[in-house]
Amino acid sequence: MKFLTQTLQLILINLKSIPGRWGATLVIVVGLAGVVGVVTALQSMSAGMVATLRSTGSPNRAIVLKGGSNSELSSFITRDQAVVIEQSESVAKGTDGKALASGELILIAERPLRRSNTDSNVSMRGVGAAGFAMRPEVKIINGRAFKPGLQEIIVGAKALEQFVGLEVGSSVQIRGSQWAVVGTFTSNGDAHESEVWVDIETAQSAFRRNGYSSMLVQLAEPSAFEAFKDGLTTDPRLQVDVLNEIDYFSSQSRSFTRIIGVLVTVVGIIMGLGAIFAALNTMYSAVAARTVEIATLRALGFGGAVVVLATIAEAMVLALLGGAIGGLGAYAFFNGYTVSTLGAGFTQIAFSFRVTPSLLVTGMILSLLVGFLGGFFPALRAARMQIATALRAA
Amino acid sequence: MTTALVSIRGVSKRYTRGKQTVEVLSHLDLDIASGDFLALMGPSGSGKTTLLNLIGGLDQPSGGEIRVNDQRIDTLSSGALARWRARHVGFVFQFYNLLPVLSAEANVELPLLLTDLSKAQRKKNVAAALAVVGLSDRATHKPNELSGGQQQRVAIARALVGDPTLLVCDEPTGDLDRKTADEVLTLLQDLNRNYGKTIIMVTHDAKAAEFATHRLQMDKGALVAGEAA
Repeated sequence: MKFLTQTLQLILINLKSIPGRWGATLVIVVGLAGVVGVVTALQSMSAGMVATLRSTGSPNRAIVLKGGSNSELSSFITRDQAVVIEQSESVAKGTDGKALASGELILIAERPLRRSNTDSNVSMRGVGAAGFAMRPEVKIINGRAFKPGLQEIIVGAKALEQFVGLEVGSSVQIRGSQWAVVGTFTSNGDAHESEVWVDIETAQSAFRRNGYSSMLVQLAEPSAFEAFKDGLTTDPRLQVDVLNEIDYFSSQSRSFTRIIGVLVTVVGIIMGLGAIFAALNTMYSAVAARTVEIATLRALGFGGAVVVLATIAEAMVLALLGGAIGGLGAYAFFNGYTVSTLGAGFTQIAFSFRVTPSLLVTGMILSLLVGFLGGFFPALRAARMQIATALRAA
Repeated sequence: MTTALVSIRGVSKRYTRGKQTVEVLSHLDLDIASGDFLALMGPSGSGKTTLLNLIGGLDQPSGGEIRVNDQRIDTLSSGALARWRARHVGFVFQFYNLLPVLSAEANVELPLLLTDLSKAQRKKNVAAALAVVGLSDRATHKPNELSGGQQQRVAIARALVGDPTLLVCDEPTGDLDRKTADEVLTLLQDLNRNYGKTIIMVTHDAKAAEFATHRLQMDKGALVAGEAA
C-alpha cells in the first residue's frame, strides 16, 4: 500500500512537471497520435472493405460458378447447365412454383470516375425477375426498375456516387449501344451497390452472350447447402464450384485485406519504431531535466522501483493521450468516408472506412506498448543514477 | 565516555576515472557524538562532501566501517540503505532541492510518504515542521514564490519532519547572502540546542562554521585539525 501511494505520488509529481517541458512532451504525444492515426485509418479501410463484401449475400443463397473460376467474371455457365442446376431438389420454389434460381451475367463497362475523370470499370450485372425476388434487400430508391426487353439500366447508389453520368434520366453508351438510366437502387450497402443492373435477356442479346456467368439459387434452407453442393459437384454433366454466397463475396476481399495487412504491418513497424525513438528521446530528456529532482527523491528514501514505475507510467500516460488523439482523429476524419478501389473482378467496389471500437482499442494498445518501451530504458537510467553524483548536477 | 552516534573506522573512498584511481578519502577515523553540531571545513576536493555523503548513506565507502546509532550502514544493500535514509537522515542541500511543482507543505510532506502515518497525522507533522522554521504562513506557496532563505527553511522543515537521527547539511548557506545565511544558521543552531538535533554541516564559510559546536578541517582526504567551540 505504501509502495502504491509512493508510486502514485511520484506519478502525480511527474505529470505536474509536464507543463514546464511541453516541447519535449509534445514529441511523444504528436508522434504517437500520428502512428495510431495512420495505422487506424489503414485498418479502417480494410475493415470497411471486408464489412462491405461480407454483408453481401445471405446464408440461404448459393452461387454456382464454372469449376476453377475464382470470380463471376471468369466463369461461364451454359443454358443447359443452368437447367440442371435449377432442377436440384435443394433449390427453393417461388410462389409460382418455379425454382428460385437466377442465371446472371457479369460484364465490364467503362465509365469516367467523378474523382479523377478517368475511365474505370463498373460491373454490369444482367439479372432476371428471380434475381430480384431472391434479393429482398434490393430496393429502388429513385425512378423505377428496368423493363424486360428494353435497353434500360438501374444504378447502384455507390456506383452513382463514384461514376459520372449515371443519374436517372441519363443515357449512357455501353459497349457500342445506348442504355437509358431509369432507376437507382440500394442493397443494404453491400457490393451490389457498386454495380449497374440490366435485364438478363436484353444483356445476352445486346452483348451476344449465350449463357451466364453464374447461377444464384435460393436454398430451401441454409442446411441444404451441403446436399446442394454435393449433388452438383458429383453430377457428370456439370463441372462447377458451389459456394455459399457470403463466402464467395468474403473471398473477393481476401487479396485486398492481405495487401492492407502487409501495408499496416510495414507502416506500423516503421512508424512504431520512429515513435519509440521519439518516446525514448522525450523520456530521456524528461529524466535528464529532472536529474536533481530524482536524485533528491532517492536521497529522501524513495526506492529505485518507485522511480522506474513512475517514469514508465508518465510515458504511458503521454502515450495514452497521443493514442487517443490519433484514434479519435482517425475516427473524425475517416469513419464513413467512402472510397472505391478495384476489386477482385477488376471493377470498382465502393466502400466506407470503418473505425470500429476494436480498431480504437488496438490503437491504444499499440500506443501503450510504444509508451512502455519508450519509458522503460530512461526509467532504468533514472533508477540507476548515482545519487551523490546526480545531486551535484544542480 | 559517551558513545558516539556516528562512528567511522578506517574509511576510504576511491573513484576510478579511466585507468586512474583517485583516492578521495584515506583510512579516516571519526566519532560524532549525539547532539553535536559539527562543521566540516576544507578546500574544494578535500573530501568533505564525500565524507558527508557516506555518513548520510548516499554513497558507499570503498573500505572501512561506518556505524550510525550502532548500526553498520556500509554493508547495507541499496534498497535497505534507502529505507535507512528515510528513517534516520534529514538532508539540507546548497540549492534547497525543492520540487518546483509542489507547494511548500507538499515538499515537506515528501519524507512522510515513506512512513505509515495517516494523512491527518502527516498534515499535523508538516504544520509543526513549518512552524519550527517560521513558515506556517507560506505553506501553500510554490518554491518560485519564496525567497532563497525561505526555500532553505522549507528544505530544513523537510529534513526535520520525519524526526531523523541526523541532519546532514551540504553547504546550506552557500547560495544565500550573509544576513539570510545567518538566519538559516541560527535556525540550525536552535534545532541543535533546543531540539537536540545532531547536525553535520559541510561549509567553506568560516563564519558559518562559528555557529557549530565543533569544527573539523579536512585536506586531501584526511582530517587535519579540529577544535571545539
